[in-house]
Amino acid sequence: MKGLSVLLSFLSFLAASPLIAIGPGEALKDAALEARARDIGRQLRCLVCQNQSIDDSDAPLAQDLRRLVRKRVKAGDTNKQVIDYIHSRYGDFVLLRPPIDIRTWLLWYGPPVFLIFALFLILVRTSRRRQTRATHDSPLSVQEIARADTLLNRKEDSR
Amino acid sequence: MGSSRILFLAPLAIFILVAAVAGYYLLENRDPRLLPSAMINKPAPTFRLNGLSVDGREVAKGFSSDNFKGHITVLNFFASWCGPCLVEHPQVMALAGMRGVVVLGVNYKNKPVDAAAWLARNGNPYARIGVDPQGDLALEFGLYAVPETFVIDHTGRIRVKHVGPITEDVLQENLLPAIRALQR
Repeated sequence: MKGLSVLLSFLSFLAASPLIAIGPGEALKDAALEARARDIGRQLRCLVCQNQSIDDSDAPLAQDLRRLVRKRVKAGDTNKQVIDYIHSRYGDFVLLRPPIDIRTWLLWYGPPVFLIFALFLILVRTSRRRQTRATHDSPLSVQEIARADTLLNRKEDSR
Repeated sequence: MGSSRILFLAPLAIFILVAAVAGYYLLENRDPRLLPSAMINKPAPTFRLNGLSVDGREVAKGFSSDNFKGHITVLNFFASWCGPCLVEHPQVMALAGMRGVVVLGVNYKNKPVDAAAWLARNGNPYARIGVDPQGDLALEFGLYAVPETFVIDHTGRIRVKHVGPITEDVLQENLLPAIRALQR
């Protein structure tokens, strides 16, 4: 019972919605634009924090970036234009989701490639083992039994 | 049997490879907070800043991105409330004394009266000072925090970005060689 309550309390942490640091007066009046600004904010890293998005952080730089996002959204930029604007100034690190390019190829495709390789390896090894076992299980031919007997007898004789 | 033995060693080989790459970047002595600027070799953003003035009295003239043309510019973001700015101050003064180099200051999120007092107390290395009360220009330059310094070439292109105070080592090993290379 105690275990269950511990488990539940852990799960409640997962269910809790993350805290948003957007202050009063910061949000745009237009709900649709504000929703877009939040969508963008969730994708941008607060550069001076430890892996928080700019929406999650109280840092002044995060506040400034939120203000910039809202300014651009209000000016009619698309989400991609806003993100590109900030990306071009702050580099890849500002993106919480790293872009897929030649430098991040290993990051994105490495794990599935390793997994497929590992599965292939297991498959090859198990099938090979089955083959070896199959040869062991096959009964000896008559000639082989006769030969084995002579060898065994000879060994006994020599003692 | 020979090929299966090699196959058996493959995971180990991959592990060693990954560990070597990770180890290299881990042991390479660098500050993980320092990131290559996305703006190196790109033209500086266009802007215009008002000059630093206290109660209508102009302490220093403002400037725009046009002021980068025709000479090497050292653009320094500073504030009076910024401790490391005082650490780098002698080095900024030294840069201001160099021939062919114009040192411009951006006063970042600072009360003009505080900035003026700080400059009067410590000396003013800046040919011009623009004010950035909201940090808007800082975002244009991809600034993390003050102090930050940009070396901009005579065409207005950003060539060096330095995050944090310009220590004597940074001046000698990073900024001066870059400036000399641009002067050549």
